[in-house]
Amino acid sequence: MADATFTRAVAKDARKFRVFDAHSERTDGLMQLNGNSLVCERGGRQVFRGVSFSLKTGEALLVTGPNGAGKSSLLRMVAGLVRIAGGTLSLEGGDAEASIGEQAHYLGHLDALKPGLTVAENLGFWAEFLGPSSLDIKPALDAVDLAPLADLPAGYLSAGQRRRLSIARLVAVPRAIWLLDEPTSALDATSQTRLADLMRKHLTSGGMIVAATHGAIGLERARELKMGAE
Amino acid sequence: MTALLALMLRDMRLAMRVGGGALMGAIFFLILVVMVPFAIGPDLNLLARIGPAILWLGALLASLLALDRLFATDHEDGSLDILMMAPVPLELTVAAKAVAHWLTTALPLVIIAPLLGLMLNVDIGAMRALVLTLLAGTPALTFIGLIGAALSVALRRGGLLLAVLVLPLTVPVLIFGVAAANAAITGPAPFGPPFTILCALSLASFVVGPFAAAAALRHGLE
Repeated sequence: MADATFTRAVAKDARKFRVFDAHSERTDGLMQLNGNSLVCERGGRQVFRGVSFSLKTGEALLVTGPNGAGKSSLLRMVAGLVRIAGGTLSLEGGDAEASIGEQAHYLGHLDALKPGLTVAENLGFWAEFLGPSSLDIKPALDAVDLAPLADLPAGYLSAGQRRRLSIARLVAVPRAIWLLDEPTSALDATSQTRLADLMRKHLTSGGMIVAATHGAIGLERARELKMGAE
Repeated sequence: MTALLALMLRDMRLAMRVGGGALMGAIFFLILVVMVPFAIGPDLNLLARIGPAILWLGALLASLLALDRLFATDHEDGSLDILMMAPVPLELTVAAKAVAHWLTTALPLVIIAPLLGLMLNVDIGAMRALVLTLLAGTPALTFIGLIGAALSVALRRGGLLLAVLVLPLTVPVLIFGVAAANAAITGPAPFGPPFTILCALSLASFVVGPFAAAAALRHGLE
């Protein structure tokens, strides 16, 4: 990820540069993600209504609540994967031409990995599809401690290793907003600490995190959004 | 562009590896065509006459075979969510997947068709025309099937729905494909007009297929 890469990307496509390299925007100013009285309907049933939140650069928001309160739906809504039935969702200071989903990473319950491809091929594909092709995936694999398994088909990984590989996607491709749905599930203590470090690093470099969780995920200064308490 | 290329390479790699559907269609095609002479009997004139139709029917059914997995696997493992969040327009993503699908499932059918044509006593001289019609017509089958694959993911129903949705829409392709092949083999109608319409059907499906499939996927959100 040398400067030369960025320069080439700029020369090639100025818009792509802004989308892909969200971290460089921290000098441009603050970003703010606002949700205003959001309503979610799924399968003809209202999941939640009147959910509002506001999140600035460098802040984390923990979404908590009982099962079925709509934590995952809220995350998918921000990602652009669930229709907004009411209310508004806006991002200030981001790329005006890109949707919020295009500036966000979504780490859902599913790992988005192909068992037939190797660890490196899986990550390499997402890095190429989501970001500039010259991205080096090695640092991302190191960050989740999967580099020794790079040539192993992903089908042989354990649940925790699969989770770590899908976290590597967030590290490999810089995007400003991280939407994490139960990020610590299946992770052991060491991996949880490592994830907390990655999240802290993301926040200090000007990112935002929205995480749906039942327990602590190791972020000290996170704000909390309680759902399902009507 | 690199993003789309990466997606195509990934899909092709997955199709080639163990458990992928690349050769399944070709083997089904082979079995179907080999069974026909057993069912109909060794009447060479009859086989020669219905040969092009059998090859076209076989190609149609074989290309449907792996189609229901086109989006279903990506939907089941969560990849589809991430694909939809990319800066690449969904229409292009969907089209790239369709091209990869055609290259791995339909192109092998086109390549083995002359060999199977021999079993059906299709005239060697006409084989080139027959292969040409398959080459021009199978993209239409894939891109029409793309719509069905997207709808079956959005509606959360599997393979049978896909066949019911897609097969009626492929009737024009079948008619003009077989008409062009027969024109080249038996005449007297010229080869040009049905072949041109076949090409037009493919080109139209290039345009309509990705947009309709992307719309179906977006509509199926939730």
